[in-house]
This record gives sequence, structure tokens and C-alpha cells, in this order.
Amino acid sequence: MSTIPIDHRTSALSEILTRNQAELAADWVQEMSGAIRRSDLMKDTELRAQCVQFLSLMKQALDTGGTNFNSGAWDPVREMLGKISRTRAEQGFTPAETAMFVFSAKRPLFSQLRQACKNDAAALAAETWAATELLDSMGLYTTEVYQKSREAIIKRQQEELLELSTPVVKLWDGILALPIIGTLDSARTQVVMESLLEAIVQTNSRVAIIDITGVPTVDTVVAQHLLKTITAARLMGADCIISGVRPQIAQTIVHLGINLQDVTTKATLAAAFKIALERVGLNLAREAAKTEHLKP
Amino acid sequence: MEKIPILKMGGFLLVTIQVDMHDQLAMALQDDLTQMISQTEARGVLIDISSLEIVDSFIGRMLANIAAMSRVLDAQTVVVGMQPAVAITLVELGLSLPGVRTALNVDAGMDVLRSSVNGARGIYDGRIH
Repeated sequence: MSTIPIDHRTSALSEILTRNQAELAADWVQEMSGAIRRSDLMKDTELRAQCVQFLSLMKQALDTGGTNFNSGAWDPVREMLGKISRTRAEQGFTPAETAMFVFSAKRPLFSQLRQACKNDAAALAAETWAATELLDSMGLYTTEVYQKSREAIIKRQQEELLELSTPVVKLWDGILALPIIGTLDSARTQVVMESLLEAIVQTNSRVAIIDITGVPTVDTVVAQHLLKTITAARLMGADCIISGVRPQIAQTIVHLGINLQDVTTKATLAAAFKIALERVGLNLAREAAKTEHLKP
Repeated sequence: MEKIPILKMGGFLLVTIQVDMHDQLAMALQDDLTQMISQTEARGVLIDISSLEIVDSFIGRMLANIAAMSRVLDAQTVVVGMQPAVAITLVELGLSLPGVRTALNVDAGMDVLRSSVNGARGIYDGRIH
């Protein structure tokens, strides 16, 4: 195979791409419609346009860069494949369906090659090999990009989840509440701490209630994270109250020997809110309550 | 040379740190402030660090020291306006500044001083109004 000059190999491929592009594209779309067509996710015209554009890009790359997919001449093709993979990952195609976009070009391309090298078996084998190699590396590239964009999506969702899971709510003028749902790890504590402290500055709040009703277990690490947050808030001039301490968690805290002496703890958010109101100098009375909460 | 001004406001001293604190500046502030407290017999010191964006362990310890020294000289110290980033840094450094009172802003800090230093209240109100 090494005896066949490179320009010969590429010329047959590129010739086919030039001369029979329309036919090739039609065959290709046909091929795809069999196994992996997802008409629910993508329009026919769009797919056809992609095929035609891809073939012409491939032709240009072949003419300038040969069959070496890693060379710079293939950059536009790579770019297009990357774009296709990314959009398909977002649209919900499976990895196989995405890669088949490239692999399904094999049959039409090879049959064209067969016609082009009818009488030359050695040339046909060489052409086929070169085309296979090229299409394989393109297919692998699509899968790689697909995987990467999937990972990016997962990462983004993780971050969004992290943001969503730590809302800081304002209960009253000068009183914030931070309901924590789920286990507190270091990364989350950092987000919790930052969003709480930012909210304290923004709303000028003197009291912050950290509600741990939704925290399944409190171990030494979680307790330490909580204490850090409380200390940071205190440094800024805000008081923290921990609420939602369940009986089991109270037992665990004592058994673990965690010192929460300097922290005000309450069993329920309501009790904590009452204390918070007292600290900012407010008083809720039953009669006044009706008119009080109608005020802005 | 840079110098952090110490303002006398009624019976209290007001220190606003508006430049990056370096060690020498912090030492100078400590000297000046203790001097001022004993001169003016102030009962309260309010340190506004709302413009301070960078702290290290030395500055953190300095704040605690100033508070302790003031207490020895019979003056309450309130640190106000600490930025979230600064608070997080101090906590991570293990400096929780025990014994230092804190408040959200100068307004709240003044309230703290006024309510804790009963004796100074009359003097303060008398001069302001």
C-alpha cells in the first residue's frame, strides 16, 4: 500500500466528491434514513444541507491537506463536525446516532469508489483503506466531541443545582433565613457561606437563621462548616440562629462532643424567627398581627 | 508617610481604614490609637473596615490586639462593615476575633457602642445635638 503515491489516493476521493457530490449526498441521506434517522429531532432539509456542506468541506480539505485528518487543512471539517456533535448532544441524540452521521457515509462513498476504480483492484483497496481511515478518525472525533459536550452539560447542571440548593430568603427587614437541604460538603458550604454573607451585606440584615431541617445528618465536618459560616457572619456584625435541630441530630451533636455553646439553637424555624424578631426590636402581637403584615 | 486618621466623635473614637493595611501601618495605628484613647479618655472605639479588601493573619491579629488593648484602657471596640471575602478569609485563617464586637455598618456600630457604654451616652448625645 505504501507504494501508492498519496496524491493518487486523494485524487480519486476528491474527484468523486467533486463530480458526484449531489448523488453522494442523496445516497448518504438515504443511508441515514434507514437506521439512525431521527425525524422527531431534526428536519430532512436540515440534514441534507449538513451533508452537502460537509461533503464540500471535505473536498476542500482533501485537495489541500490530503487524507491526514490531523493536519490543519481539516480544521473547517473538524469545526463543522464539532458543531454537529455539540448540537446533537444537546438535542438528545445518542452517541451511536451521532457517530453514525459519519459512518453512514461509508457505503455510498465506497460504492462510488468501486465504480471509479473498476479495473484496478490494488487502487481500489488503497482508496478504500484511505477512506476508511479518514472516516473512522472523523467518527471518533464526533464521539469525542459528543462526550465532551455531554460532560459540559452535566457540569453546568451540577453548578446550577448547587446554586439552586442554597437560596437565601428574607423573612423580615433585617432578618434572613437560609434553609439548607441535603448534605453539607465543603464545596456547598463555600457557596452557602458566600451567598449568605453577600445577602447580609445587600439586605443589611442583623439576624440570619440557618435552618437545618433538611440536613439528613450532622457530623463533625458539617458542624465545623456551620460554625465557620456563623463565625464569618458574626465578624460582619450579624447574629446567626440555627433552627430545625431534630432530636436525633441533637443527640448526635452531643455524642460527638461538638461545642455549640455560643450559638443560639432552636428546634423550629418559628421559634428562631420569634427570637430574631426580638433581636431586631420587633414584637408580634395577636391583634396587631392582622394589620402588621399588611404593611409593606 | 501614610497615616490612618483617628477622629474623635463625642466620647468615641472613629477609625476608618481606607487604604491597604500593611504591617507598619497597622503597628502605627495601634500606637496612635492607644495614645488617643488615653489622651481623650474615650469609652468606645469604632473601626470601619468596609473599604478593606485584603487581610492576612497579621492584620487579623492586629484587630484582635487593638480590641484587647482598648479594653484594658476601658474602651469598647466595635469593628464594622467587614466584607464577606474578608470574613471568610479570617475564618479560614482560624481568626474568629473573640472578644471583638462587630456590626454591619457605622450606624449599627454606634448603636452598639452607645448601648454598651452607658456612661458615654450622655456626653455623646450632648455634643451632637
